[in-house]
Amino acid sequence: MSNSVVNWFKLASPASFYPTAGRMQPWFWLLAAVFGVAGLWVSFFVAPTDATQGEGYRIIFVHVPASWMSMFIYMVMAGWAGIGLALNTRLSGMMAQALAPTGALMAFLSLWTGAFWGKPMWGTWWVWDARLTSELILFFLYLGFIALQAAIDDPRRADKAGAILALVGVVNVPIIYFSVKWWNTLHQGSSVSLTKSPSMAMTMLWGMLLMALCFWMYSIAMTLKRVRAIILEREGHTEWVRHLEEVAA
Amino acid sequence: MNWHSPSEFFAMGGYALYVWGSFGVCAVALALEPFLVSRRRRAIVGSLRRHALADKMEQEVQ
Repeated sequence: MSNSVVNWFKLASPASFYPTAGRMQPWFWLLAAVFGVAGLWVSFFVAPTDATQGEGYRIIFVHVPASWMSMFIYMVMAGWAGIGLALNTRLSGMMAQALAPTGALMAFLSLWTGAFWGKPMWGTWWVWDARLTSELILFFLYLGFIALQAAIDDPRRADKAGAILALVGVVNVPIIYFSVKWWNTLHQGSSVSLTKSPSMAMTMLWGMLLMALCFWMYSIAMTLKRVRAIILEREGHTEWVRHLEEVAA
Repeated sequence: MNWHSPSEFFAMGGYALYVWGSFGVCAVALALEPFLVSRRRRAIVGSLRRHALADKMEQEVQ
C-alpha cells in the first residue's frame, strides 16, 4: 500500500478517530455558516416572489433541505449500523448513535415546516397523506432507535439491537421518496429530479441547494461533535482516554 | 430586490406567521442542538477529570 492512501482501518479505531474528528469539526462548522449566510441571502433577497404562493413559498428553503437530510442521515445511519453488524467494529455503533438525534431533529423540522406550509396553502396543518405519514414514520423510527439503545445497558448489545432496527427501517426511505409517485397525494411531486430539468426558477433552485449544503455541513459537524462525546463516554476506562490532554489531571 | 421597507420584509406578504414560524423554529433547533451536546461533552470531560484527580491523590497518599 502506498503512503498516500488513507489508512481506513486505523481511522476505524476510536483512539485515532477522536482527534481526527476534533480537527475536522471546525471546518464543517465554518462551511455550514458560509453556506447558511449565502443560502439565507438568496432565500430572502434574491429569489423572486412566487406567482401562485406569494412569499409563503419561501418555507421551501428550509423544508426541502430538512426533508432531504432526514432521509439521507437515515441511510448513512443504517449503513454504519450494517458495517457494525458485519465487521463488529466499535466505532460504527458510535457513529450510528451520533447520527440518530440529528436525523430525528431533521425529520421533526421537515414535519414542522411542512405543517406551517400546509396551513396557508392547503388549509390544514396535517393530512394523513402518503408523503406526510411516511415521514412521520421515519421520525418514529429515529425515536425508536434512540429509545431502544437507551434501554439496553450493555453498549455493544445496544449497538446490535439498534442496528437491526435501523436496517429494517431502511425500507421506509424509498417509500417516502416515491410516495408522491406511487399514490395520489396532496403533497406536490418533487421540484428537483435527476431526469428532468427543475420546475422552478434558477435563483429559487440555487437558494435551495445552498441551504441544503448548509444543513448537510451542519449535520456532519454535529455528528462529529456528538461522536466525540460518545467516544469519551464509552472509552473512559481506556489508557488512551486517560492520557488525553483535556482529561488528564 | 423584493422588499421596499423592513416592515414589508417582516410581513412576508401576509405569510409572516408561517414563514417566520418555520425559519424561527429551524434556527432555534440548530442552535440548541450543539449547545446540548457541548453540555454533554462538558459533563463527561468533568467526570473523567475527577476520576483522574482521585487516582492521582490516591497514589500520592500511598
